[in-house]
Amino acid sequence: MLETANIFSVSEITNLIKVTLEENFQEINIIGEISNFKAHISGHWYFTLKDANAQISCTMWRGVNNYVFFTPQDGMKVIVKGKVTVYPPRGSYQIDVRSMKPAGIGELQAAFEKLKQKLSDEGLFDPVHKKPVPKFPRKIGIATAIDGAAFQDMKSIAARRFPLIELVIAPCKVQGESAAEEIVESIKLLNKQKDIDIIIIGRGGGSLEDLWAFNEEIVARAVFDSKIPIISAVGHEIDFTISDFVADLRAPTPSAAIELATPNRDDLFAFISEFSYYFTEKISGIINDNIQEIELITSSYGFRLPQDLIKSNTQFLDNSLLRFQNFFDNRMMIDANQLRLMESKIESYNITNTLKRGFVLAKQEGKIVPRKEKIELTKPIELEFYDGEIKINND
Amino acid sequence: MTKKKDNSFEDSLKRLQEISDTLEKGEISLEESIKLYEEGINLAKFCYTILKQAELKVTELKKQLENGIKE
Repeated sequence: MLETANIFSVSEITNLIKVTLEENFQEINIIGEISNFKAHISGHWYFTLKDANAQISCTMWRGVNNYVFFTPQDGMKVIVKGKVTVYPPRGSYQIDVRSMKPAGIGELQAAFEKLKQKLSDEGLFDPVHKKPVPKFPRKIGIATAIDGAAFQDMKSIAARRFPLIELVIAPCKVQGESAAEEIVESIKLLNKQKDIDIIIIGRGGGSLEDLWAFNEEIVARAVFDSKIPIISAVGHEIDFTISDFVADLRAPTPSAAIELATPNRDDLFAFISEFSYYFTEKISGIINDNIQEIELITSSYGFRLPQDLIKSNTQFLDNSLLRFQNFFDNRMMIDANQLRLMESKIESYNITNTLKRGFVLAKQEGKIVPRKEKIELTKPIELEFYDGEIKINND
Repeated sequence: MTKKKDNSFEDSLKRLQEISDTLEKGEISLEESIKLYEEGINLAKFCYTILKQAELKVTELKKQLENGIKE
């Protein structure tokens, strides 16, 4: 019968379709809006691309999808490159996507806002979750590119500003393929260390696309879950990323992050020298005050009194001594005078002077004969002259 | 290893601040203020030397090699 001639089996027609489609749509670009995006735990992505009138389902295998620098979000307009494939068992066709990029920068900003809103609603940005950043860290963990300029700046500033700390870097990519995953890994690794006081995540300046890794939800959650306070320092002052909102502290730049995280050695030097100078002055001031006070007291009337008493007593003593001395001297003088008087009187009886004047002393038997009648002419007489004695009548 | 030293630096600095405040208030005896002053000066010297001699340490944490999960 004729019909059998041109009757296809399901497989046959499906196969024909498969060959036709797959051969003709090897490498095509499609623009559309993502919806019901699903990242399977296997790492493969399943989603639909749609526009106002149609939709087409897409798959993106893990091997290629981690090259996408952003995580697609429903509602995002993207341009994908891939090929059409037919899946016979379900009679469906899909796009096997090989690469994807946002349809325009606006898409990224839209995605940014969307995620920001979502996480904010979830409370990840609430200040109540913000942990205080310690003032005197000993170890600071850093999640950034080890060969990046940002890290070099951070090192030089730390060395100048507060070299007491230790920088512990968990190197990670900061843009491009699987950057977000590496950042998350670094944060987790740093959290495993026991003695890290602060973690700084960040990178140098760049375009929204360059910084995008820090806008990824997994990074936001890793920052939120970190037990250690995190300072987010992505790009320049004007760049704000989701990690900035979730972090415990936002620094405009990586260098600024080090300055926020560490005290300034010069300030400490100033404080220390101020202490030494100021209090040396103050203490010597206090000591001088006390000395003056003591002097005041010692010169006070009450204190001087005993001294005065002593003085007056010594004076009294001196006086009385003096008076005694005088009295004594006087007496001495009087006595001495009397003595001299007597002495002269005695002296006047002193024969030798009379003899000297030429008188002679008559003595008999050693006794002075004062009167003529007392003389016994029969006995020897001794005559004492001033210059000696002679005996007469000595026969 | 540097744990203890850094600890004492921070504590010394805090103590220095305490002493500074106490001396500032001046409601303590002469003897006490001199004693505090001497403690302060020693602390100041200690902190000064630590700050002067400190050298930045930088260490790198190696990530365990991904054993093929993400080929």
